[in-house]
Amino acid sequence: MQGDLQTKGHRDGTRVRVLLTSNEAIAEAVRIAEPEVIAAYPITPQSPIVERLAEMIASGDLRASFVRVESEHSAMAVIHGAATAGARVFTATSSHGLAYMYEMCWWIAGSRLPAVMAVATRSIGAPWNIHGDHTDIVLLRDTGWIIGMAETAQEAFDMTLQAFFVSEEVNIPFAVGIDAFTMSHTAEVVEIWNPKIPERRQAYRVLPTDRFAVNAVTMGKARMKARYDLAVDLENSAKIIEKSDAEFGNHGGLVEKYRLDDADYAVVMMGGWCGDAKDAIDVLRGEGYKIGLLRLRFLRPFPKKAVKELSGEVLVVDKGNSDIRGVLGIEVSSCGIEAKNVVAGIGGVDVGVEDFCKIFKNFVEGRIGLEWYL
Amino acid sequence: MDLEPLISRMKLGAAGETGSWRNYRPVVKRELCNVCKTCLSYCPEGVINEMIEIDYRFCKGCGICKEICKQKAIEMVPE
Amino acid sequence: MILPGNTSCQGCPISLAMRCLDEIENPVLVIPAGCSTVVAGLHPNSAMKIPVVHVPFASTNAVACGLKEAYKRLGVEANVIAWMGDGGADIGFATLSASAARRDDIITVVVDNEAYMNTGTQASLSTFWKAKTTTSPLGKRDEKRNLALIMIAHRADYVATATVGYVEDLRRKFRKAGELKGFRFIHIHCPCPPGWRFPSEKTIEIARKAVASGAWALFEYYNGKLRFSGVGRRYVDKENRIPLADYLRSQGRFEHLSDEEVKELENAIEKEWEIIRKFSND
Repeated sequence: MQGDLQTKGHRDGTRVRVLLTSNEAIAEAVRIAEPEVIAAYPITPQSPIVERLAEMIASGDLRASFVRVESEHSAMAVIHGAATAGARVFTATSSHGLAYMYEMCWWIAGSRLPAVMAVATRSIGAPWNIHGDHTDIVLLRDTGWIIGMAETAQEAFDMTLQAFFVSEEVNIPFAVGIDAFTMSHTAEVVEIWNPKIPERRQAYRVLPTDRFAVNAVTMGKARMKARYDLAVDLENSAKIIEKSDAEFGNHGGLVEKYRLDDADYAVVMMGGWCGDAKDAIDVLRGEGYKIGLLRLRFLRPFPKKAVKELSGEVLVVDKGNSDIRGVLGIEVSSCGIEAKNVVAGIGGVDVGVEDFCKIFKNFVEGRIGLEWYL
Repeated sequence: MDLEPLISRMKLGAAGETGSWRNYRPVVKRELCNVCKTCLSYCPEGVINEMIEIDYRFCKGCGICKEICKQKAIEMVPE
Repeated sequence: MILPGNTSCQGCPISLAMRCLDEIENPVLVIPAGCSTVVAGLHPNSAMKIPVVHVPFASTNAVACGLKEAYKRLGVEANVIAWMGDGGADIGFATLSASAARRDDIITVVVDNEAYMNTGTQASLSTFWKAKTTTSPLGKRDEKRNLALIMIAHRADYVATATVGYVEDLRRKFRKAGELKGFRFIHIHCPCPPGWRFPSEKTIEIARKAVASGAWALFEYYNGKLRFSGVGRRYVDKENRIPLADYLRSQGRFEHLSDEEVKELENAIEKEWEIIRKFSND
């Protein structure tokens, strides 16, 4: 059975290649990280992560407390409490669940507690839509969380393990994003292994013998300092992410550069659909266009340096919008780059290699400004 | 990581010397007091000690001690 | 476990209730938005002698659950106390209910001053029938929700009502809760001088009148039995009660009530007692 393979795989340090969906890959990584407390509320398409973890705990593969909460708000609250007491913690959600726990996301980031959350990025309504896009992950953008976006199940596995390590280094919670269904429910070959993360450490914890209060009403300058410290540490987390890249799968640090070195045309994207985008890049390269892809592995800390280094024409392809502009389109322009922007794939609308070829063709032939690929 | 301002430390008089809030101060008439310690139990601020001495730095003058005293041994005197 | 010179108002029942926390061993307080937040101290000061984890409004029981689960895993002895007002019990009701249904091994305390006092006396679901608040200026139309009965229906391990009017009884209940395991719930009646509009010296008197008039029932529920508390036992019988008007008319929030309305309230109180008596074995 799948489960047995994994168990052998990580415990003695050997690497095992297994067929896993991104959901399952994340569950494996969580098991290897050995959190003490897990609390999560099911929501399509994240439910398999939660179910897999519950199975692992029931079978003894994972020794953790699993709290069955009644809502996502409580899921993040339980995680917050457990982290405050000094436990390694994990939760997962999506879309409306993320929206429901939004307040607690601010709270745990402001509390500077290490935590890891998987987000299967799914469209936020209205109207209802359970399929993949990036309209939900942007919710975390200003909270102070580290936000990573994986492209493959392997990267989801590696990034989840890296998340435990990095969040405990910098005392900032870390979200790992995977695309709903196209990644969460799609099986790929994943190499399972144990990078041996250190024991949990955190800036502070609360014990019954303590005589202090945490997060009391705080006026003006002191409150502002907290926000500033978080912002500075979020910036500096980029260094830790880059330094630990080799240890956690060599995916490139804050960004992955695909055929970008000599590119006259650069496309900026994030997420699972970058796989198809890379195929389209190859097609256009075959036709003689010097085009490359800057895949953002992180929405926060935002890879400003890599974006500012882009020369030539830039196109940002978004799977989520703010207003008429895409979210990444806005982020990239804030770096001083005059970029074209295409918004596509919202609500899980399929954007495959042919579609990307069309979009990129229009881009290199100067026919794109700001538009939606409907 | 700098823990300021997330951590707040225990302090007597966290709101300052709240005795300044009083309009009336409770005064114990020793000859009537039988040290039943009921006032000690019911003082919301906890400023009455085992010897029925009142810490006037923090006593807010709410008057509960005067009301609860069965011996009518406490008098509220204008500040 | 609260130090003098805190921000609580003169005659504040919450401060008095917090003083009784020394009855519980290894306490860790979890406090959501409300009067207790401010009473516990503004940064950089904490007025409490025990650790306090301040949390968002609707999250108290869940954070307390997380703390307790972690302490269990990490081998730390702790009595985690979710300490909220009736406001925190409103907005955090789903959280509270789930916590009780899960039988989280924590103590939940609701300090009930019958309104959202910290934001200026708006009506809560625990506001007394017909009371005047800023959002019920003509008197609250809906009846007071009975949290203790709801917790009994959740089959909580220990449910108690208490009042600052009888601190020895309150202390006994804190002590008992601290010694037990499982989901423990204590609902404390907290008459609020500025909110209910009475002089600060009358807090205890009004709390006792609430018990004597039948407006506040004192009982404990555990091991499947509901027992009335000694200090309030005689008022279980309607005949022994003081007139409800004595209790109501001592507070400005009821000054608008007519005699008919007082009678209506007396009947409503007795109806609730009928339900309580059904649970009891006394």
